[in-house]
Amino acid sequence: MAKRRLRIMVAKPGLDGHDRGARVLARCFRDAGYETIYTGCHQTPEEIAAAAVQEDVDCLGLSCMSGAHRFLFPETVKKLRELGADDIQVIGGGIIPPADFQLLYDAGLKGIFVPGIALDDIVKWIEENIVPNIKD
Amino acid sequence: MYFTKELMDKSSKMARKWEDEVKKAVARHADQKDDWSTVSSLPINRLYGPEDIKDINFEEDIAYPGQFPYTRGNQVTGYRGRYWTFRMFSGFGSAKDTNERWHQLLDAGQTGLSTAFDFPTLMGYDTDNPKARGECGKCGVAIDTLEDFMVLVDGIPMDKITTSMTINPPATVLWAMYCAAAEIKGVPLTKIGGTIQNDMLKEFIAQKTFMCPPEPSVKLISDTVEFGTRHVPKWNTISISGYHIREAGSTAVQELAFTLRDGMEYVEDVIKRKGLDVDEFAPRLSFFFNAHIDFFEEIAKMRAARRIWAKAMRDRYKARNERSWWMRFHTQTAGCSLTAQQPYNNVVRTATEALSAVLGGTQSLHTNSLDEVLCLPTDHAVQIALRTQQIIAEETGVTNTIDPLAGSYFVEALTNKMEEQAWEYIHKIDDMGGMVAAIDRGFPQMELADAAYKFQKQIDSGEKIMVGVNKYVIEDEPEIPLLEIEDRIEKEQLDRLNGVKRKRDSKAVKKSLGDMRNACKKAENVMPYCIEAVKNLCTLQEICDVYREVYGEYRDPAMY
Repeated sequence: MAKRRLRIMVAKPGLDGHDRGARVLARCFRDAGYETIYTGCHQTPEEIAAAAVQEDVDCLGLSCMSGAHRFLFPETVKKLRELGADDIQVIGGGIIPPADFQLLYDAGLKGIFVPGIALDDIVKWIEENIVPNIKD
Repeated sequence: MYFTKELMDKSSKMARKWEDEVKKAVARHADQKDDWSTVSSLPINRLYGPEDIKDINFEEDIAYPGQFPYTRGNQVTGYRGRYWTFRMFSGFGSAKDTNERWHQLLDAGQTGLSTAFDFPTLMGYDTDNPKARGECGKCGVAIDTLEDFMVLVDGIPMDKITTSMTINPPATVLWAMYCAAAEIKGVPLTKIGGTIQNDMLKEFIAQKTFMCPPEPSVKLISDTVEFGTRHVPKWNTISISGYHIREAGSTAVQELAFTLRDGMEYVEDVIKRKGLDVDEFAPRLSFFFNAHIDFFEEIAKMRAARRIWAKAMRDRYKARNERSWWMRFHTQTAGCSLTAQQPYNNVVRTATEALSAVLGGTQSLHTNSLDEVLCLPTDHAVQIALRTQQIIAEETGVTNTIDPLAGSYFVEALTNKMEEQAWEYIHKIDDMGGMVAAIDRGFPQMELADAAYKFQKQIDSGEKIMVGVNKYVIEDEPEIPLLEIEDRIEKEQLDRLNGVKRKRDSKAVKKSLGDMRNACKKAENVMPYCIEAVKNLCTLQEICDVYREVYGEYRDPAMY
């Protein structure tokens, strides 16, 4: 059986409109051969979780620059789990102080990426850590 | 420029000789790299000389300070009469927290205020909206009602200090609060001065703080221009901003072109919709640029900006008042040039960028703090950033003479190049039917996405260098002190908001909102109704909900 292409969603929870990083990443994932969905700005955790489930993604990448990641990232994971989507791996990035990393890992994020990381390194991390969900 | 034929002949002979020497030198020892270009990938020659500027028309393109086309600045005395305004952008937590920071900054020698609002405020939501959770006070000050605003301006002499407010979709509401606060403090509207950013076009292009669709958004902006023209004559009602366009990844030329084309769109709308004469309002239009890391490119961009605007206002819009031809602008150093790695290096970047803004002739400047890539700045980091401006102004000697780089073969050639490329974009957008039409088809958005992606690839490949990120990297860096916004702010703000809602006159609130709704439906100027509404303690969101209801909501088309 051929390996299914990885499906990834890039999402911007909250009110923050700084989407440069999110859009660059979405294009990077597309160029890496993933099926990529970008939600656009100003999505609520509920909306993102519902979209991720509907699109049946393997991985959900959250981007936040406003400092509200402490609430928004855990909340999004919670909403995903409420929908029974235990198999969707969540990663996050943005302006995130190292002091907050543990809180986010504890909330269920699998990876955190902060300014300065190369696109190739993010893709490499995904290749090594995210396995496409094979259903049926 | 007028070079004699004799000089040009001599010059080309000498140039040929130099070129031969270069060839030999390069054959012996190759250049360090092949690509020599600006941070925006604009190719730069090894050398510039008379040949590169011989076609410049001195009178039409350069002239003297205070003379059309103002390439050398609007002010005839340059910085000798007055330095630029040292205007540090600040705001965090509650209105009281920000008010305290403002008093500190004024005591430290800052000469103008500049307000950062938190995301709920920026988007027109109150702190009690579910969408606002986790955001209160995080990257700016939270304002829900006029009561918060009165705390914000407590002890600030509103007739003496000018205040800039970075606010876009709800600009009418925050400006109404400023006007109402002034009236309550007994300062007439004719005496208050300041700026509201109020530039929605760049929000659709770049910063993505939007509420209603582009067309009604522009209408609200024209309302403020009209109201300011008639009642608040010292207020800059739009700060036409390239800053965010650049931060979102544009090149310098794109920043220049899109910003100026946005400005033209506003001019056209006010003339058409409000029937004002261009000279009645154009003198109060102001601009806001980014000072990025490529030193000369930024100086050339700012010189070209003044020249393009002057030509557009005189020739395209037939303005006759010299003040309409002036481009006055604020500058902020580039947040996106700062690095989380080895953050103290950011002081050097910011100083270099600030110097380019000064050499480019800015009227007002914000210098970023070294820790802003990580969090809102700490007091100490802000102080270093402000001192950076003071050192440039008072120690370095660059303010002794006006536009010191004028006449430089390189700077003049680069200024011309940027003007030429900007006009190409401007004409292209004209052909699309203007900026609103260009935004509808995603043109500027995709130009930025392309440029941002290209730059990231250049960083990843090492083609462009960011020290500490892709060269001279240190593993295991020591951490620096960060400012934390406590989560208690949200609860306190909720309590305040609930308190206001309990005590206010609900009939007056209902009437005010009804009047707002009618004004929107009848396409009347909303400003007088908005001032009345904030005085009756309508909340920011209640007023913005009227806009959403009447004009509809804009959704991010999510292009990448």
